[in-house]
Amino acid sequence: MSAHLLEVNALVKHFPLRGGLFGTRRGVVHAVDGVSFHIDRGETLSVVGESGCGKSTVGRTVLRLLDPTSGEVWLGGERIDNLPARRLRPLRRRMQVVFQDPFSSLNPRLSVGEIIAEPIVNFGLASGAELKDRVAGLMDKVQLPRDAIKRLPHEFSGGQRQRIGIARALAPGADIIVCDEAVSALDVSVKAQIVNLLADLQDELGLALLFISHDLAIVEHLTHRVAVMYLGKIVEMADRRTLFAAPHHPYTRALLSAVPVPDPTVKRQRVILKGDVPSPINPPSGCRFHTRCPFAFDRCRSEEPLLRERAPGQISACHLDAVPAAA
Amino acid sequence: MSITLGGVAAAPDLPDVLPPRRERGRIMRFTVRHPTIVAGGLLLGIMVFIAVFAPWLGTRDPEAISPIYRLRDPQAAYWFGTDMLGRDVYSRVLYGSRVSLGVGFSVAVLASVIGMAIGVVSGFVRWLDMLLMRVMDGLMSIPGILLAIALMALTRGSVSNVVVAITIPQVPQVARLVRGVVLTLREQPFVEAAVASGTRLPKILIKHIVPNTTAALTVQATYICASAMVIEAILSFIGAGTPPTIPSWGNIMAEGRALWQIKPYIVFFPAVFLSITVLAVNLLGDGLRDALDPRLAKRL
Repeated sequence: MSAHLLEVNALVKHFPLRGGLFGTRRGVVHAVDGVSFHIDRGETLSVVGESGCGKSTVGRTVLRLLDPTSGEVWLGGERIDNLPARRLRPLRRRMQVVFQDPFSSLNPRLSVGEIIAEPIVNFGLASGAELKDRVAGLMDKVQLPRDAIKRLPHEFSGGQRQRIGIARALAPGADIIVCDEAVSALDVSVKAQIVNLLADLQDELGLALLFISHDLAIVEHLTHRVAVMYLGKIVEMADRRTLFAAPHHPYTRALLSAVPVPDPTVKRQRVILKGDVPSPINPPSGCRFHTRCPFAFDRCRSEEPLLRERAPGQISACHLDAVPAAA
Repeated sequence: MSITLGGVAAAPDLPDVLPPRRERGRIMRFTVRHPTIVAGGLLLGIMVFIAVFAPWLGTRDPEAISPIYRLRDPQAAYWFGTDMLGRDVYSRVLYGSRVSLGVGFSVAVLASVIGMAIGVVSGFVRWLDMLLMRVMDGLMSIPGILLAIALMALTRGSVSNVVVAITIPQVPQVARLVRGVVLTLREQPFVEAAVASGTRLPKILIKHIVPNTTAALTVQATYICASAMVIEAILSFIGAGTPPTIPSWGNIMAEGRALWQIKPYIVFFPAVFLSITVLAVNLLGDGLRDALDPRLAKRL
């Protein structure tokens, strides 16, 4: 259908909320509510937002670890959101995942070699001596020592474990890797190593990355385009330069102004949001951001703004054409 | 490409050299770190040795009746004395260990296997979960010994029936334990990563779920083994267990009960053996609980 490697159209994921004696439906968590984006070969799209905005759910639904409530997911021209498990399995080879927690994302009972070999064996890509060569090659690629192959995950540090996770994701020769907060649990220096590794691998292998993160400083160094999510919706999406230099949506501005600058002499105008993220069980009417937006007016409370192009390669969902610099 | 984040330079990619594994002195280190495993294992090893080699440890036929020599106190010819039929208590206690250990191990293995199967199915198949867990709740609501007595009353007395009667009340505990572990494991990222990398359900169960339940299960199995030995003795003692023709510690104590005040050794020796064996298994279980978690094992 499309030339894009991954295309997501109006993706929705609702979680029914059950409770009480008979497990009756008490409500619906609107985790993801109509999200659309695409990623091309060799491109990085970052999805950023606060905790609970649905960015991880997007990743897990795209991977079909969760079944979407509605919407479409196309991978390499094939629609995968409604495929039965049997037909989906061969396509999983093309899309892999690196998780946030380097401790729980590796089976403590399998050796590093077994962990990396698993996807290769699953897809019948190699066996015997060839399998060993491949595993060794992958370990070189992520800069793990070769003698690590027989060791168990608990013998490694967080950064090294994350390298094991990356090697596993690379193993089946994926085209796109979903990095679900892949560096958030690491120390700053290790974080930089892993980000560099991901960037190098992207250059070398032409990987596409769906990089889910709340850390804008990391995102700015790694990404080509950024999608900003708030309460299950994308509120702004733009290429990196535009988003960081000329953000349109008030929420994006607030996020950017919260990024620390390592220079005490820089004076900045901070946009500090009031209150907490509203509940995704009963999202606000109209624009979901109106409860916290410093520029909200009547229309925002009743009418939901649509994503509109503001500049080439920049779309934003706000009723204001020109958002004032500060409230 | 090389970047800096928040002013902190990326640490140089150091040669990732891991410390070599220390192979020497492993037995010593193991003993120092896990004294309970070693103590429990040694004691249990002795008991297993006694059970296996009972015929070669200076015993005579444990069934042989010699009324002339009945109720002899412990002496050179009869180390633990003789009972009211002139049978050698030493031989009967040693042969009795076969019943206790056999029942203990069989129940532990059977209850673990059945409980594991039920627990894994419960954890993965949501609609069966309700059904299976209500059945398990029902079984758990009856005291284990009462249930075992009732089951024995329905069947003929034999060692295999004793094993079944003791196993059934133990299964729910294992099933609940395994189900709980499975429910946690199935949400773990490494299981999701396995799904994403195309692992089929049977392989996920075998490679990712079952091996990670064994730590908890092994510990539970040792406790089941210990309580099975005690329950076997109780059943035999009240005459609802091992048939009286087979010497078991419970039987020997039951027969010696009437003579407790004049010939206490008939009860004393099997009781001591039972206590030591149960203690050994429990020590082993406690030690394993501390040692089996690879994440806890990292602490040194």
